[in-house]
Amino acid sequence: MIYWLLFYEFFKIGLFAIGGGAVTIPFLFDLSEQYHWFTTEQLVNMIAVSESTPGPLGVNMATFTGYQTAGISGGIIATTGLTTPSVIIIILIAKLLSRFACNPYVQTVLSSIRPGVLALILSAGWQIADISITGWLPGAVFAGILITSRIYKTSPIFYILLSAVIGIGLQL
Amino acid sequence: MNILWKLFASFFKTGLFTFGGGYAMLPLLKAEVVEKQKWATEDELLDYFSIGQCTPGIIAVNVSTFCGYKLKGVIGAITATTAIILPSLIIITLIAAVLEKYMHLPVVASAFAGIRLGVTALLAGLIFDMGKKIFSKNPHWHLHAAIFTAAFALLIFGNVSAVLIVIMAAAAGFIPRFCRIKEKTGPEENNKK
Repeated sequence: MIYWLLFYEFFKIGLFAIGGGAVTIPFLFDLSEQYHWFTTEQLVNMIAVSESTPGPLGVNMATFTGYQTAGISGGIIATTGLTTPSVIIIILIAKLLSRFACNPYVQTVLSSIRPGVLALILSAGWQIADISITGWLPGAVFAGILITSRIYKTSPIFYILLSAVIGIGLQL
Repeated sequence: MNILWKLFASFFKTGLFTFGGGYAMLPLLKAEVVEKQKWATEDELLDYFSIGQCTPGIIAVNVSTFCGYKLKGVIGAITATTAIILPSLIIITLIAAVLEKYMHLPVVASAFAGIRLGVTALLAGLIFDMGKKIFSKNPHWHLHAAIFTAAFALLIFGNVSAVLIVIMAAAAGFIPRFCRIKEKTGPEENNKK
């Protein structure tokens, strides 16, 4: 029962999360609200782990979420659910490639989804900020990392490790 | 059989050594698929990426399915996709199992309190970049700004689900087209592009 639900929910995310891994984040917030499989704080930890381990962010998130919810088989089922729509859709597109890319209706849908997705990620980011920035000291750390990461654009893993060290150093 | 095994090995390696997914995967995949195995040209690979980015789902999965399908049909698609997600599945399951045991330690809790701030900062940067990409040099920027504002307002005040936002944003893209048809009341003129 829980497996069906996991598959169904992640299938839906795979179908509607358009534009890459980070787009899955607002959908996972919806899940945590609807089913209480995990807390929002756990969700933010999951994002951190997913960003600092190999593999696509969305796949990592699905595996982690599935595991938290229903163990090893949960992880496998959530990930399968997430990837199934992709596999079906891409195989269909590969067959009619040229026609798909030039269709004006497809272009309209794709370009108007983007600002909607931006709003989704912004509101998820707002919720995440609300969970992580718990006072003025964490606020200062956040601002510091944000500014540094805008100036020196290196791998996100570097900033995640740096923030872990800062967290331990300041005993946040 | 042999080529399926090679396909599996190439994509497993890519999944294992890519951090972050999406375009971070491009250089590795180029080395494997274009230069070493010659399964596709660089232009073809870039096409897969641009299509993978604007179709539903994870970009890395979309690109893998595409490469696998072009090479060996449906079986190839499933092989490449399984290979790209398998490293994630194994690594994340191990980490999740270990993390559960140590999460209550004060050092681990502090580290994660710090990490959450780092993730928030990275996400803020990503939102900024996305916004810049969407609104700069965009002829429909006023419509897209309206979609963005409406979606954000609905999310904050209406508690609307993410799925519904995506559907409504897609539908809103057709508003100008719809108005144009009504104004002209004649045959549609859609041959602009």
